[in-house]
Amino acid sequence: MRKRGKTCAGVLTLLAAAVLTGCAGQTGSEKVKTITITNVSYDATREFYQEYNRIFESYYRDTYKTKITVVQSHGGSGGQARSVIEGAKADVVTLALGQDITMIEKSGLINSEWIKEFEDNSSPYTSAIVFLVRKGNKKKIKDWSDLVKPGVEIIAPDPKSSGGACWNFLAAWQYAKVTYHGDEEKMKSFAADLYRNVSVMDSGARGATTTFVENGQGDVLIAWENEAINTVKEYPDQYEIITPGISILAQPSVAVVDENALRDKAEKASEEYIKYLYSDEAQRLIGKYGYRPSNRKILSEFSETFDLNVNLCTIDDFGGWDTAYKTYFADEGIFDEIYGN
Amino acid sequence: MTKLSDPKEKKQRVIPGFGLSMGITLFMLSGFIIIPLASVLVYSFQLSPREFINLITKTNVVNAFKTSLLCSVFAAFVNSVFGLILAWVLVRYEFPGKRIMDGLIELPFALPTAVAGITLSKLYSDTGIMGRFLGLLGIKAAYTKTGLTIALIFIGIPFVVRSIQPVLKTLDPRYEEAAAILGAGKFYTFRRVILPELGPALLTGFGLAFARGVGEYGSVIYISGNNARDQTQVVSYVITQKLNYLDYPGATAIALVLLFLSFLVLLFVNMIQVHQAKRTSSL
Repeated sequence: MRKRGKTCAGVLTLLAAAVLTGCAGQTGSEKVKTITITNVSYDATREFYQEYNRIFESYYRDTYKTKITVVQSHGGSGGQARSVIEGAKADVVTLALGQDITMIEKSGLINSEWIKEFEDNSSPYTSAIVFLVRKGNKKKIKDWSDLVKPGVEIIAPDPKSSGGACWNFLAAWQYAKVTYHGDEEKMKSFAADLYRNVSVMDSGARGATTTFVENGQGDVLIAWENEAINTVKEYPDQYEIITPGISILAQPSVAVVDENALRDKAEKASEEYIKYLYSDEAQRLIGKYGYRPSNRKILSEFSETFDLNVNLCTIDDFGGWDTAYKTYFADEGIFDEIYGN
Repeated sequence: MTKLSDPKEKKQRVIPGFGLSMGITLFMLSGFIIIPLASVLVYSFQLSPREFINLITKTNVVNAFKTSLLCSVFAAFVNSVFGLILAWVLVRYEFPGKRIMDGLIELPFALPTAVAGITLSKLYSDTGIMGRFLGLLGIKAAYTKTGLTIALIFIGIPFVVRSIQPVLKTLDPRYEEAAAILGAGKFYTFRRVILPELGPALLTGFGLAFARGVGEYGSVIYISGNNARDQTQVVSYVITQKLNYLDYPGATAIALVLLFLSFLVLLFVNMIQVHQAKRTSSL
């Protein structure tokens, strides 16, 4: 009798436990049924993130048994950063340059150590600055020195207006630094000659591509490698990519917007979202969309797409973004000086 | 009760609900115009007077003011001339397709300006249809001030047409007949009979088109080339440059000066209007 009673009690407890955990499980899953995170990014990553979100969503569902939806937002990098500072709902930012994320950091939304939070200075993919010329390369443009020749018309975006365009200037500056052994006067006159040949200076990279491709302006477009690769893909046999001997490693940066993610209870998911960018699967996707994967092994798989022999400097050669911005792009900086602003 | 309502009755207005409507007016004015404008002022005061002067006297900023104001005035002027003709045709003549043409006038209002800008830059670049034609005449349109002005004409034309149309509709053709009977020539009639009647509406249209042009961004940036050397940067572009680097004080300071200069132009237009009204009433 006593034994039976015990088993009865045991069964009851088990049942109760089952019901309780069942209930808890249910309410739990109802609460986190779908997590929604917002990724605020810039123009040129639209197509990549559309596909990446798809594979991330299924990865997250399989690993954490939780449904996740990623909302994307794209625009000029600086403008996107500004909108996050002013209160746009972003859990993750994936912008064209570290400076834009630093601006958000200064507003207190992102922890100051963001650049060390993920591998490779929080840059899961990189790019380089290259030239896009029309098929046949009539003006025989091979390197930076060919761009300053009289009669060459360059299309390039305005570094004063678009952060992404700063990379173009810095790449040219690095070439001048190496060529003229750091002679500042000669470097400035080279940069002045270069920007004198810029016939249309659009406000952003997308605008410059439109001017060059759709409106048929200019002989050469100074562009991000991924934009150039996608243009060639879209218009086969009409354009050629020329990789100069010296260029700069353009490092788009990513970060979790800590304050917003905390409020949305999506810190874990947001962190996962960025971490997964470093997975082999995502890295291959990155290569497919024309960005250089940060994983060296996977990068070497794309040796046909990217010129891996180009000599790439980094933003650290300019003392980091803050210094570079103040020296070159702020009012009365070197760009103003050479462009006669 | 009756004592209280008596003085009120004396003041009774034709349209009821003065208190409510005045309240709404004040709310709208302060919430959407005065407070935002005041905050522009506050932001720009973060600069010291010296910084302020340095900023707004920089070559590229001064050039942008010149470009924006001159191109907007010129575009508004072109729009006034052609808008008057358009309105005249649409009001005074009957022809098939008139309704459609009338509707078309408003399209520039509805089209997103960036779309207009990209389309115009494509059309007027030297590989586009219009651009190639102008190229034969030796005119380079896109990426010059010409292109910029074309964009401003495009966005400004509805303002002039829509200001003139209603006045023209109420203008009795008998005035013209009377003038003709009294021996006035066609041009004289136009100058002394029609134009004074249309004057205020024309100036309103001019003012609206000008104000719209000065602040325009979307349609202009794609066609202007934004070249500091060719002076094709407009003020709104320079402001955006500042905003993209979070330089709010700089951006608002430039905006403030632009606001002030535009105010002067509009004031001048209004003064002409008042002067003209006096002249017509004294005749």
